[in-house]
Amino acid sequence: MKGLDITTPSASLVVQRQPFGLEVIVAGVWTMDAVLPSRSQVLKAIHASQSSTLLRFDMSAVQRWDSALVTEIIAITQAAQHQGLSVDSSSLLPTIQNLLNLVSALPEKHHPPKPPHRITWLEEWESGFTHILQEAFATVEFIGQLCLSSLDVIQKRSHFRRLDWWLQVQDCGPSAFPIVTVISLLVGLILAFVGAVQLSLFGAQMYIANLVSLGMTREMGCLMTAIIMSGRTGAAYAAQLGTMRVNDEIDALRTMNLEPLAFLVLPRMLALILIMPLLCLYADLMGIFGGALVSLTVFDISTAEYLDRTIHAVQMKDFLIGFVKSSVFGVLIAFSGCMRGMQCGRSASAVGDAATSAVVTSIVFIVIADSIMTLICNRFGI
Amino acid sequence: MPQSVISVEDLTMAYGSVLIQKDLNFSVNQGDIFVIMGGSGCGKSTLLRHMIGLSSPLKGDVRFGGQSLVMADSLQRQQLMKKFGVLFQTGGLLSSLTLGENISLPLTESTQLSAGKIREIVAYKLALVGLAGFEDYYPLQLSGGMQKRAGLARAMALDPEILFFDEPSAGLDPVTSKHLDDLILRLRESLETTIVIVTHELSSIFAIGNNGIFLDAETKTLIAQGSPQQMLATSQEAKVLNFLYRGNLPSAEGHKNE
Ligand SMILES: Nc1ncnc2c1ncn2[C@@H]1O[C@H](COP(=O)(O)OP(=O)(O)OP(=O)(O)O)[C@@H](O)[C@H]1O
Ligand SMILES: [Mg+2]
Repeated sequence: MKGLDITTPSASLVVQRQPFGLEVIVAGVWTMDAVLPSRSQVLKAIHASQSSTLLRFDMSAVQRWDSALVTEIIAITQAAQHQGLSVDSSSLLPTIQNLLNLVSALPEKHHPPKPPHRITWLEEWESGFTHILQEAFATVEFIGQLCLSSLDVIQKRSHFRRLDWWLQVQDCGPSAFPIVTVISLLVGLILAFVGAVQLSLFGAQMYIANLVSLGMTREMGCLMTAIIMSGRTGAAYAAQLGTMRVNDEIDALRTMNLEPLAFLVLPRMLALILIMPLLCLYADLMGIFGGALVSLTVFDISTAEYLDRTIHAVQMKDFLIGFVKSSVFGVLIAFSGCMRGMQCGRSASAVGDAATSAVVTSIVFIVIADSIMTLICNRFGI
Repeated sequence: MPQSVISVEDLTMAYGSVLIQKDLNFSVNQGDIFVIMGGSGCGKSTLLRHMIGLSSPLKGDVRFGGQSLVMADSLQRQQLMKKFGVLFQTGGLLSSLTLGENISLPLTESTQLSAGKIREIVAYKLALVGLAGFEDYYPLQLSGGMQKRAGLARAMALDPEILFFDEPSAGLDPVTSKHLDDLILRLRESLETTIVIVTHELSSIFAIGNNGIFLDAETKTLIAQGSPQQMLATSQEAKVLNFLYRGNLPSAEGHKNE
């Protein structure tokens, strides 16, 4: 061939009609970083020839090659065999021939079953309803399992590890102080500001103290702590348990006769149930302090006056309501975190999904529970 | 005289203050199938990590054709890394991508190949490891041994000059493991790939290895080097012989210890 100059190293692929049949001349550098020629001419020639024509390769001018050439040969051979041509495999380079033999050596040549296909967002919407049902079932199932394993622990059939519980308490309690301090102080400040501007319309700035203290103790203190803790601890629980699921650690616990719920979930739940009311109390105080700051600096209300008002406004029952609420929130946060973690899939991205949905679930639960409890308190005049 | 591609000089490795291996000196030649042997936990995977520059040594150096991996700046290191294909002991497949995507990732990143050509190369690599047609599977939908083989296919994606395999045949049946040996031999023969391989599989050590070292956990250094056959014939170390005879040291060799 004229165009096939040996001095030009770039890859070339030429087909020629010969007395014996087709000859495919491969030459040049056939590597993945080289510019590769199109094989359409060769395929056209193959399609144009009758079956049982002989197809030979001439590879004498191939210089360097790698998988780029091997796949080319595979594609041409397959097309030729499909057309019924007979391929003279002895005309291939012996090393390539060996690689081709390896390709067809292993039994998994038959087509594997189609994998479950990826779900598009459209289908996700379609199956949204069944999804919600499944979620509800899974939640109920998880509650049931949790009750059973708590029973087991109470009846001393499975072991509850106090040390784990204590480690969890340390993990979720003290380290949350800084963020709770900042957030609740600022919430107190905001409440005082917004309230004072409105109250001063009636010349009733004095009532800032009532507003802030009641708002913090009954609602904002426990709500803000709950939201902080669901982002901090709830997500962490989901990620920890999810990673353990990915690494087969949870299955390993089962095989060792350790109930994962009693071993992993209960300590985390109890830790949060203990810590939440304490954090909430602390948040209440910080919020009231924030309100005092605003009234002192901006609205000229003396600290003594503010404190006096606060003591009159807030009763023990207000603190207790906050306490009860935050315990409930603690349960909900730990519950959603652990549930999402235990339901986690087996890939790295599933762990991320579990953490995300733990936060979303717990915030939804928290807001629903808070409305219910507020309604109840209102109804009974507490 | 065969050309040396990797030379390890006075390499000392540690995790924090825990010394793993010290003063390793050996070189891997062009076209070698170099076997790293040693008991479990003696530091084979750690050595591999150091040889590919994922960890930096306490002391010593790893050189590729004269270029130091320890001294290399990030650009040089990238250039070097392009020559490597690595199979990790635990597979290391990206679980959020399908097998096809896993293998085409290096191809789309470092070559200009067309999408069709990449698909062909992916199919070919998967067929080489006996996973033809599994492109659309996610790693977690496969068995452990299949994941291992898919990891192998990814390591070979760019036809690298040097392949590092950490226990490629762990978890494979004898037939597939034999096929893997054939594959490794063919890769060397066709593309002159240099292959560094950590393995416990005695039959494949003797079938494919033509050079190697034996690491010891107690003395924390290598106690034998050369081809497996050479080690068997000349080593005076009971540990090496015990390993190579699978713990059934024949009494004829017994006098060699101590
Ligand atoms: N990330 C790490 N941090 C601290 N120590 C480690 C770390 N990884 C491994 N080690 C220690 O280094 C030693 C060598 O580990 P390495 O994984 O290299 O062993 P190995 O020879 O590959 O064993 P195996 O044949 O079981 O895979 C072990 O004693 C292990 O405890
Ligand atoms: Mg290892």
